[in-house]
Amino acid sequence: MATAGTLEVTTPSDREIVMTRVFNAPRRLVFDAWTKPELIKRWLGVRNGWTMVVCEVDLKVGGAYRYVWRGPSGDMGMGGVYRELVRPERVVCTEKFDEAWYTGEAIDTLVLVEEQAKTTVTTTVRYVSREVRDAVIKSGMASGVAESYDTLDQLLASGFAS
Amino acid sequence: MTAHQLDATFAALADPTRRAILARLASGQASVMELAAPFAMSQPAISKHLKVLERAGLVSGARDAQRRPRRIEPKPLADATGWLERYREIWEGNYQRLDAVLEELKASEKKPRRKKR
Repeated sequence: MATAGTLEVTTPSDREIVMTRVFNAPRRLVFDAWTKPELIKRWLGVRNGWTMVVCEVDLKVGGAYRYVWRGPSGDMGMGGVYRELVRPERVVCTEKFDEAWYTGEAIDTLVLVEEQAKTTVTTTVRYVSREVRDAVIKSGMASGVAESYDTLDQLLASGFAS
Repeated sequence: MTAHQLDATFAALADPTRRAILARLASGQASVMELAAPFAMSQPAISKHLKVLERAGLVSGARDAQRRPRRIEPKPLADATGWLERYREIWEGNYQRLDAVLEELKASEKKPRRKKR
């Protein structure tokens, strides 16, 4: 079993991005943190001045979820529909950003495996094509630059404040 | 960098012999013979691996089949790692925050079970 804390990111096929990470907690807690709005809001995408202003989860097959983040450069929303649900070990849902810069919906699969009170989390995002997947990762790089500027803004602001 | 180039880079890196060849070339250029020496492989087998690395743009200097020394081309490798690195950084941040949330959940679960003395 992998060491807790090490994130593995791979592209096993043309259309997928797979991430694996071990968490030092039992599976049902990891499942809660992934599916309960009050917990999701505390970790997912909330960095450098970004907060989650909408976090709605209707956790059932056919139920929808919706997330909206607010940051220095405006709002960013996304959502989808749950397709499979096996508590507390597997969730499959669709994923689409409001201002989608890519074609079609992506399919997210979350798999939780518990071993000796630790949980291995594997997330797979499958896009409609390789071009789409690559575009998404590249846009991640672009948003990373924006994020760095946000951090710079904060540093400058705190510098002026002190 | 195009998707096609990235695929070629990742495919080329998927093989342990090719990674070893790149590691060797990272310390300086070498001929096919020099590259084959540490491996239990024929020169043609090594040449085959070199062709894959060349197609991916990771190695250059192959015009004159056997003699011409090969050298590593650092840019595609840097592009390929940078590509996923940003994605990884974003998720590492998410997961570190999740670690903190989970620690808190574990701690709060223990509390109610504690008996008063």
